[in-house]
Amino acid sequence: MTQIQSEYNFAYLDEQTKRMIRRAILKAVAIPGYQVPFAGREMPMPYGWGTGGVQVTAAVLAPQDILKVIDQGSDDTTNAVSIRQFFAKTANVVTTEKTTEATIIQTRHRIPETPLNEDQILVYQVPIPEPLRFLEPREVETRKMHALEEYGLMHVKLYEDISRHGHIATTYAYPAKVDGRYVMDPSPIPKFDNPKMNMCPALQLFGAGREKRIYAIPPYTQVTSLDFEDYPFEIQKWEENCALCGAEDTFLDEVILDDQGNRMFVCSDSDYCNDRQAQGHRGEANREDEMEAAQ
Amino acid sequence: MYVAVKGGEKAIANAHKLLAEDRRGCPDVDELQTRQISEQLGLGVSRIMAEGSLYDKDLCALAMKQARGDMIEAIFLIRAYRTTLPRFSYSVPVDTSKMDIDRRISATFKDLPGGQILGPTFDYTHRLIDFTLEADEQVPKANTSEAGLDDDMPRVLDNLLKGEGLIQSEAVVEDEDSQAVGDLTREPLEFPANRDVRLQNLARGDEGFVLALGYSTQRGYARSHAFVGEIRFGKASLVIEPEELGFAIDIGDIELTECETVNQFQGSKTEPPQFTRGYGLAFGQNERKAISMALVDRALRARELGEDIVAAVQDEEFVLSHSDNIQSTGFVEHIKLPHYVDFQSELELVRRMRRDLEEKNISEKQAAE
Repeated sequence: MTQIQSEYNFAYLDEQTKRMIRRAILKAVAIPGYQVPFAGREMPMPYGWGTGGVQVTAAVLAPQDILKVIDQGSDDTTNAVSIRQFFAKTANVVTTEKTTEATIIQTRHRIPETPLNEDQILVYQVPIPEPLRFLEPREVETRKMHALEEYGLMHVKLYEDISRHGHIATTYAYPAKVDGRYVMDPSPIPKFDNPKMNMCPALQLFGAGREKRIYAIPPYTQVTSLDFEDYPFEIQKWEENCALCGAEDTFLDEVILDDQGNRMFVCSDSDYCNDRQAQGHRGEANREDEMEAAQ
Repeated sequence: MYVAVKGGEKAIANAHKLLAEDRRGCPDVDELQTRQISEQLGLGVSRIMAEGSLYDKDLCALAMKQARGDMIEAIFLIRAYRTTLPRFSYSVPVDTSKMDIDRRISATFKDLPGGQILGPTFDYTHRLIDFTLEADEQVPKANTSEAGLDDDMPRVLDNLLKGEGLIQSEAVVEDEDSQAVGDLTREPLEFPANRDVRLQNLARGDEGFVLALGYSTQRGYARSHAFVGEIRFGKASLVIEPEELGFAIDIGDIELTECETVNQFQGSKTEPPQFTRGYGLAFGQNERKAISMALVDRALRARELGEDIVAAVQDEEFVLSHSDNIQSTGFVEHIKLPHYVDFQSELELVRRMRRDLEEKNISEKQAAE
């Protein structure tokens, strides 16, 4: 632990590199949703593990910041633990699991259920920053399409989904238009989370390490999920409530209980769920326990 | 009561301890010394230096030990270390014709000025397991010639073929000194890419990937009829010219393998028929990599030579975006990370679509009745 502190700069990256990343971030904030190429560095964790998010966090992190890291909504998944430890070691910053306490939240695949505020930065880890990539594999082409605001191909894809399946078959990494201009990939968050990006008071930064792109949604920016008048955008709904805290309006993870098909649903955002339980909210699984205890 | 899975931190710490234990293996067996690796597994060390793009045999040997012999993992360790190192200076271009030669062969001429120097090579060995290596074997000393080699070993392509105008001349930028060479590790890769960046990308690229692409050109996917004009392996001196000093300083030698290929070209309306060329260079001794790189370099010059782009190997976006094994292994292996949320979203959609279909079938059936 002390070894890393002495041999590497604050938050691992050298100051020149951080300055280069900050410049890219400033440009990204100035052109909401536009993918800014940056000279991403090799990090001591593998590509695909969040190297883009880690570099963005390292560039914006200050010693007084309080950092929260989540993966799949939870602070306790292995990769979140590993990244949190990395910054605890290399930057010696205070870390937290509480969404409300954090000044910087690095996330993989979720936006916290608790609404964010103006003093917070949400850093997303992004695998494929290009929303058009699966429609057109060539970078030269997709950059041209963005420049010309040529997004017809994306609408055709969504339309084909509807005619084939009766639904838009994109459930995560659902494309959205930022500030009426650039279509962006919100990273693989479930589309359930898309509405949270719209007019969000916090600064949202997206880092793609392997693809070497940074993009941003400045605070209070309009973010519209793509849809059609007769097939408006809608989010996932569950028939169940959270079995632990009883929440009716959160993204639920399915937990398989046995091989007989029994399962339960719990909040994917573990901090939100714990908070609600601390406030006395109870879901089905907890209520039964209490009844048993009372008997 | 159900408790969500906790204890990630403790589990990770324990997994790391187990990894360290497995790396060490049976404690009754002597621990591997990094010097043994750098001296006796030199070709492996060469590969780590080339793809890690850091010339440091001791460090690469240590990385191989730490990575338990997993080459890509070792390359990854080197890359992550390299990225933190400051840049003091850029060297002046290395002059490989002044190399201290260990090996130099040409496949295009039987004999040539400077001679065919076989050097240390597997090429003519029979691949029979040598069971005497199980024990400490005595290695007979190799004979050395007293004659010595030419200090200036002529280059097949530039000194021997170019006189007749038979080989394409490489475009040399007039103000070469002031023209900055691209650096992928400091600027993002952008398309279309120039040859300097393409060559850097291939030099760092995965040996297996570059090999397979080179092979594909031989099997007819953008065939370019390649001959190995020359391969040379040896030590070249590295010279820097610090601006504040204004004179050159030799900072040491590096081992390099260089390959230049001679490829066919039909000629055009303006150009008489002439041979074209491909170039490969690798740290240490690695002929497989250098030859493959030259084949792929040649294929990627399709645009410059006005050739039709018909195969993957000619498509620079395809080649350059997928050659880096640290990027590939990271992204391929990252799918073992949790994807609960995305999968949950898909589950919900598939269930809904199945339910819709079921309801539709029932209502159709009722309508039919």
